Amino acid sequence: MSRKIGLLVSLWLWSIIGIANEDIQLDKVNIDRTDVVSLQRGAHLYMNFCSGCHSLKYVRYNTMAKDIGIRDSQGNLLESLVKNTLLLTSDKITDTIQTAMTPELAANWFGKAPPDLSLVARSRSNDWLYSYLRGFYPDNKRPWGVNNHIFPDVAMPNVLEHLQTSLSADKYNLAVADLVNFLDYVAEPHKLERERLGVWVLIFLGIFLIFTMLLKREYWKDVH
Amino acid sequence: MKYGLEDNSSQQPTGQESPSRLTVYSEAALNWVNERFPLTEMWDLHIAKYYAPKNFNIWYIFGSLALLILVNQLITGIWLTMNYQPSAEAAFNSVEYIMRDVPYGWLLRYLHSTGASFFFIVVYLHMFRGLLYGSYRKPRELVWLLGMMIFLCLMAEAFFGYLLPWGNMSFWGAQVIISVFGVIPLVGDFLLEWLRGDYTISGVTLNRFFALHVIAVPMMFVGLVVFHILALHEVGSNNPDGVEIKEKLNKEGIPLDGIPFHPYYTVKDLMWVAVFLIIFSAVVFFAPDMGGYFLEAANFEPADPLKTPEHIAPVWYMTPYYAILRAIPDKLGGVIAMFSSIAVFFFLPWLDRSPVKSIRYKGPLFKIALALFVVCFLSLGYLGTQLPTPLSNLMARLASIGYFAFFILMPLYTRWDKTKPLPERIS
Repeated sequence: MSRKIGLLVSLWLWSIIGIANEDIQLDKVNIDRTDVVSLQRGAHLYMNFCSGCHSLKYVRYNTMAKDIGIRDSQGNLLESLVKNTLLLTSDKITDTIQTAMTPELAANWFGKAPPDLSLVARSRSNDWLYSYLRGFYPDNKRPWGVNNHIFPDVAMPNVLEHLQTSLSADKYNLAVADLVNFLDYVAEPHKLERERLGVWVLIFLGIFLIFTMLLKREYWKDVH
Repeated sequence: MKYGLEDNSSQQPTGQESPSRLTVYSEAALNWVNERFPLTEMWDLHIAKYYAPKNFNIWYIFGSLALLILVNQLITGIWLTMNYQPSAEAAFNSVEYIMRDVPYGWLLRYLHSTGASFFFIVVYLHMFRGLLYGSYRKPRELVWLLGMMIFLCLMAEAFFGYLLPWGNMSFWGAQVIISVFGVIPLVGDFLLEWLRGDYTISGVTLNRFFALHVIAVPMMFVGLVVFHILALHEVGSNNPDGVEIKEKLNKEGIPLDGIPFHPYYTVKDLMWVAVFLIIFSAVVFFAPDMGGYFLEAANFEPADPLKTPEHIAPVWYMTPYYAILRAIPDKLGGVIAMFSSIAVFFFLPWLDRSPVKSIRYKGPLFKIALALFVVCFLSLGYLGTQLPTPLSNLMARLASIGYFAFFILMPLYTRWDKTKPLPERIS
């Protein structure tokens, strides 16, 4: 009897695991949000290769630059450096990151207006971005002559092609990882602050727990 | 010091110290209030002289924890409302404004979103405690029914609240759930339009969901919680042994196995609150998405009526009922089954015919039935998160049968079951 039940239970569990939806295999990206140099390289890549078409409408140039460490030793924003390296349009440094294209024109050129990328790292995941940006391959049937393994028949051309051909495979992977790191920052600017605060909250609650345990033990001495 | 325990009378104040001026004044103030409002009376009735069984185990902390989360949701909700804008044009942007530009806005939002999931975890455990120890049995039928009404409010609150970020999953999730009402014969189409206030989910729907989420449902919710506790305190708490402590009283009419809620259970609950907050904070600060289960990836894209997400699934706490809805091949049948899966809980006090309340004294039939129910419920919850396949449909059907069989067959197996003799008092 118990063996039969055991068999049934394992059959059930095995079926449960069996029906799990299979996702596309994504390459794991190795990024470090505390690495400001990587974030700065990523921002530089974004502004040069992506920002022409993709806005970051929830991000301001000055906040972003300050957050990724473009500051002097007093913590003040290095405005002129930002203006020379990251701010490639006539926008003000306090503006949000917008593209020059109107959505109508963009839709006309690409078939679909390129989406805003403020939250793409959260809607798609870092691994997806890393795999997608490295997933382009030549395909003459497509308008831009390229297709993508992760996102078949995507409307976007391989904008990083110049980097892909001029850099070694390893260096290209690192460059894409920097870009993903930057997009991860853009998607959740307060992530580091959240984790830093979380450590203190847990330490506090741990101490609080000790006191409440002692209090409980003291009171419950009377209960038999 | 012993607080309200049997030999309390032996403790007499010693010496003839005159009370301090502060004590005199605060006593006078308390008397002033008590002559006009039953403050001390209410404190005693519900806290200081509410006698709870002394043998509560860990299953008995989830009621207090649910109350804690309710307070968390109300407070963080008020602060979120200060910066949230309920319109189709501004809702998604205002949530991002809260996440990025409002000082500690991200913390308020994560406390609220994580709180929603934890509310369901805690309430499911609280309800399971009821199943384990027969807390729904006479004389606690109304405690159970009021609790079930709170559960309905919780589901309504979660459903309305989920539309508010105006993400793509908010939009399509609401689309799917509202369309459920469309299958009702004759009035279906009218009902759809009436619920949405439009021919499709739109800004009009968002505005009314906002009104329901921040005013109508919370008001009912808080009211029902008060009634739930009042009804509980009228009949007294059940306990893991399922024997009534009110049947054995001492000379003063206090239950022999009862201890005052304050300070004994207030300090015990405080300790478990600390444990709970550690787990809760670990999620809030280190995994607020919870791998896409608490905050779904597709909801980081704004609502788009032209772009259906690849896989529409409700948030995890609704998936058991969603799996039952999908399991039935007929649309109307599926909707009826889904609503019945919640409705059957209301009949529980009258379905259980066992002579004992607690699982400790119930027989093997009940234990097997409860174990199967748990397996079915968890399986349905998991199946509801996955895309349907022929195998998963078959499993969802089997699990749905198991789910309903637990309730429908309960009058039979609880009567046939071999129960153990009840002790006179709690051991």
